Amino acid sequence: MSGTTATAVTTGVTRRPGAVGPSDPPRRRPSWRLGDAIVPIFAGLAFLYLLVPIAYTVAFSFNQAGRTNLVWRGFTLDNWRNPCGAPQVCEALVNSLKVGGIATVVSTALGTLIALALVRYRFRGRAAANLLIFLPMSTPEVVLGAALLAQFLSLRVNPGFTTVVVAHIMFCISFVVVTVKARVASLDPRLEEAAADLYASSWQAFWRVTFPLLIPGIAAAALLAFSLSFDDFIITNFNSGNFTTFPKFVYVSATRGIPAQANVIGSAMFALALLLVVAVQVVSVARRRRT
Amino acid sequence: MSLSASTRAVPSGSPDGETSSGADLTLERITKDFGSFVAVDDLSLTVPSGSFFALLGPSGCGKTTTLRMVAGLERPSSGRILIGGQDVTSTRAHQRPVNTVFQSYALFPHLTVIENVAFGLRRTRAANPLGRAGDALDLVELRHLADRRPSQLSGGQQQRVALARAMVNNPAVLLLDEPLGALDLKLRRQMQVELKRIQTEVGLTFVHVTHDQEEAMTMADTVAVMNAGRIEQLGAPADLYELPRTAFVANFLGQSNLLGGTVVETVDGIMGVDVAGRRIRVPVDRAVSTSGDVLVGVRPEKLRLVREGEEPAPGTNWVGPGAVTDVSFSGVSTQYQVMVPGLGTLSVFSQNVAGRGEVRLGEQVRLACDVDFTFGLDGAEDATSGAVDLDDPGA
Repeated sequence: MSGTTATAVTTGVTRRPGAVGPSDPPRRRPSWRLGDAIVPIFAGLAFLYLLVPIAYTVAFSFNQAGRTNLVWRGFTLDNWRNPCGAPQVCEALVNSLKVGGIATVVSTALGTLIALALVRYRFRGRAAANLLIFLPMSTPEVVLGAALLAQFLSLRVNPGFTTVVVAHIMFCISFVVVTVKARVASLDPRLEEAAADLYASSWQAFWRVTFPLLIPGIAAAALLAFSLSFDDFIITNFNSGNFTTFPKFVYVSATRGIPAQANVIGSAMFALALLLVVAVQVVSVARRRRT
Repeated sequence: MSLSASTRAVPSGSPDGETSSGADLTLERITKDFGSFVAVDDLSLTVPSGSFFALLGPSGCGKTTTLRMVAGLERPSSGRILIGGQDVTSTRAHQRPVNTVFQSYALFPHLTVIENVAFGLRRTRAANPLGRAGDALDLVELRHLADRRPSQLSGGQQQRVALARAMVNNPAVLLLDEPLGALDLKLRRQMQVELKRIQTEVGLTFVHVTHDQEEAMTMADTVAVMNAGRIEQLGAPADLYELPRTAFVANFLGQSNLLGGTVVETVDGIMGVDVAGRRIRVPVDRAVSTSGDVLVGVRPEKLRLVREGEEPAPGTNWVGPGAVTDVSFSGVSTQYQVMVPGLGTLSVFSQNVAGRGEVRLGEQVRLACDVDFTFGLDGAEDATSGAVDLDDPGA
């Protein structure tokens, strides 16, 4: 949930400066035209469509929930004061953060190396590797999850934390590769030659030139990987056994009634993502002003 | 500039501890092929220490490949590369005491100007990298932009940063790969003067790759004209211009009128060549081949127009008459095209000296030239080899 919705809001925030059109259009018609209003109306409706479920989630984090959190019973801050109040909710959150953290680090490292290899080097099987790397992205998650479970069972590995981490790394790698590849392809290969020409060994050239220039791509890939991992329910559900992640906790508790603490945590994640985006914007604007 | 002295005084940062005055560069029978395509074909040359050497040729002639092999960015298929007498053929780019100014500059976009310049010094752990980088920026007059990013500089400024970044390391050989190619004409002329000044000041060995013959001639002490992976001719710019040894050099370096003929006699070191029925005299020591079919060449500015009623000076070569088919006046000089029956169209550059009557379009003229200005080439050569389109502004 948080992953996709946060991305949608990100777009809204970044577009805003660009939306300020030319201050003085060359021609002005005296009469109001329908055509001029259509775009803002559509944009408004689209945002409403995107934001209403989030607003609902945030609003109900302040609800005086009973056994269920479906009907508005009045405003309270109790849920926010005590986010771990519901049984297991924070345990599930911590599990998700752990899995997400490990999956992000490992898949980003491996995916970056794969992306570099696929763009920079010519080797036998490169075309095939390029194609196969897309498979986990295009295979239905249900199929992937079920197949993984079958594989783990036939290897006699008990589903749990480790299997979830392995599964998450597996499906995150593809996304990391695709994201970083675009960045590597846009890098001028002459820069590495220039580094070598200026006495940098290949190791130094990588860390001093290539890596710093790849950081935006790697950071984007890491964020994507984390949100994919944090979000994932289907594959996790197949391979987790008794181990519970946050999405799984929400899904399982839906049958008895989702506690308001789930809304609190969801809202907090959303706010965190929003804050991150705004901070990046502020920093980049400040940097542009300074120079 | 006073600060250049301090640049030189600091011990060299290059890995081999080369001296700051540069070192000889020797290529021994270098060949480079990419599959079936031979980019550089059995090339040998020596660039003396401290000289400004230009590799001149059209695109695809192998000059950039040659440069990249010296830099260590490309491995020769066979042959040896020696810098200061040391065989560096099997060493890698970062181990060689050479630095390159890339055509696209290849400045590191994530580093400031001063950090770009200090990059090589930091890799070799040279003392006081920022101080020396600052001195190098003084040399190219960009100290005030030290904290900018490369993307905030103009093309000419980026070019100078690239130059400073390479030079600051005091390389044994500085390689320049079409460093002025991306600049507009005016800035290019300015940078040519600037580069030459810097080279004279720091005394490094420069190897400059270019396709611009004027650039090569104005800057270099020695020019090697390359074509199809081979060196056609090597020498001082004036020698190459006055006495080209191949049709390619005659046409690529300036313009030439090349006329086919046959040697009929040789008397007192002068050979008589029959060119479409006229006897043209060519000094034997200015001819590549002295018998059989030859190409007789003469530069357009060495030709004089002889109008009707005038006579060519005694003892000079002359052809014609022919009709003037084109007159283009450019202020300083006028370029004429004269169609001589049996010989084709010849070009003539005439200085705009006051008091001379202007030759008009369609007028019948003869073309005269001192014997000492003619040269002879091998008659088997293609007379149009290396000829540049006259409409090309770089011609």
